[in-house]
Amino acid sequence: MKIQIQGVGKEFRVRGAGRPFTALDDVTLDVRAGEFLTLVGPSGCGKSTLLDLLAGLTEPTSGRILLDGAPVDGPGLDRGIVFQQYALFPWRTALSNVEFGLEAKAVPRKERAERARSYLDLVGLRGFEERYPHELSGGMRQRVAIARSLAFDPDVLLMDEPFAALDAQTRESLQEELLRIWEKTGKTIVFITHGIDEAVYLGRRVAVMTSRPGRIKRIVDVEFDSRDGDLRADARFGEYRHQVWTLLRDEVAAARAEEVAPVG
Amino acid sequence: MASLSTGVTAAGLPTGVPAGLGRLAATAGRRVAALGVLAALWEGLPRLRVVDPTFLTPLSEVLAAWWDLLLSGELLDHTQASLIRSLAGFALAIAAAIPLGLLIGWYEPVADLLNPVLELFRNTAALALLPVFVLVLGLGETSKISIILYACAWPILLNTVAGVKSVDPLLIKSARSMGLHPVRLFQKVILPAAVPTIFTGIRLAGAYSILVLVAAEMVGAKAGLGYLITYAQFNFRVPDMYAGILTISVLGLLFNQLLVRLERRFSTWRTT
Repeated sequence: MKIQIQGVGKEFRVRGAGRPFTALDDVTLDVRAGEFLTLVGPSGCGKSTLLDLLAGLTEPTSGRILLDGAPVDGPGLDRGIVFQQYALFPWRTALSNVEFGLEAKAVPRKERAERARSYLDLVGLRGFEERYPHELSGGMRQRVAIARSLAFDPDVLLMDEPFAALDAQTRESLQEELLRIWEKTGKTIVFITHGIDEAVYLGRRVAVMTSRPGRIKRIVDVEFDSRDGDLRADARFGEYRHQVWTLLRDEVAAARAEEVAPVG
Repeated sequence: MASLSTGVTAAGLPTGVPAGLGRLAATAGRRVAALGVLAALWEGLPRLRVVDPTFLTPLSEVLAAWWDLLLSGELLDHTQASLIRSLAGFALAIAAAIPLGLLIGWYEPVADLLNPVLELFRNTAALALLPVFVLVLGLGETSKISIILYACAWPILLNTVAGVKSVDPLLIKSARSMGLHPVRLFQKVILPAAVPTIFTGIRLAGAYSILVLVAAEMVGAKAGLGYLITYAQFNFRVPDMYAGILTISVLGLLFNQLLVRLERRFSTWRTT
């Protein structure tokens, strides 16, 4: 197992409230090495909180997270994160942004530029090395962010709704490319989304979360006879889609009910 | 007042010029027009005796006086004395306020500790403190440079603090996720992100360094443009006084232009 999430809970103290806010409660989930796992859940179910925990940016209140059998203690270059809002450094060019993680890893200058170039190439951005983020479209920025996370060669890629801010066409082409990159690099990918289609299209397994406090409700194995051609038109795709949708429906309703009448 | 308008000519647009060129000429024309009107008023009003020429010397005579001051070397001496004071105070303010601002912006406890004092001082006009500076530091260069330093330090300090505090938290999160420890995070993320805001403070300080200079030089100086202005006024050399004022204005303008250029250079990426 690459990642083992064992009985993980996360509470936040809220100012002015008597009891703490429970974001995650007893989450247990295993991610296999080299697997593409998508995590889908209603908004506010703690998906991003779980990702922060995996990244080592925060610590769980209860339970533990193991990476290659060792507990996660803080962030590290063995995991790369891709955020929805790209998080590129606006004062750096595309190339220099990709080099960022390599600088943190103390890779020699020359090798840095070479590797950054090859990863920009991998995400289809040859010729855009010297552009600044504000000179790139949303899709291109996210490609740079993906290249940046891949460049320092982490085993695990954590993606937090990376395509949610993009238009439908750009999103589909990036999904396809992500699969291509995944097959080529063999990374373990944990991909958070609230899109059912996206979860089924990308994930080899889809973990469905409950509404707050977040728990893993069910894990759906997604298998196709062949992934060639228009996968979304496949009858099995529709079945998986419906299965995940049914699992989610009650949770979305529960999340909405809570928004209308907050409990506690 | 009717006689006034005769001195002012409207900048008419030539017809038949290609559109692009015409627009360019119009922009340039509009910019020059306002200055032209001002110059014409300055020349015309005293000449037409609308105002007393003893107190408002016509522009042409001011320029002549300026030329004489330049030829005698007097103007250069005063300008040099002023520039040294301004630049010294300005440079010291940069050297002191940026590190302090970074410290305050980054360490919450330092900010909590210093904030009340800062709030008190920033709301005290620098020139109100001039007598205190003179009292404590004497009439020499130290008090003059100190008051300029003091006035320049505020915009730099406040902008540096704001620059550090307004760094996008997502960028910090992203850098932290790549295992950057605090010192490197500061050097590679906080500082570059804050540079444009800091530069805005530096530009403001540049303007202050000239503004406060004149006032400082009006008290117990033996050289400098501020001294030239007050001295000329006391001796009723009114054209010289205006020549001094004009020099200060142009100096301030040039300094500001220079800083604006620099600021633009350092914050190209901010143009989103």
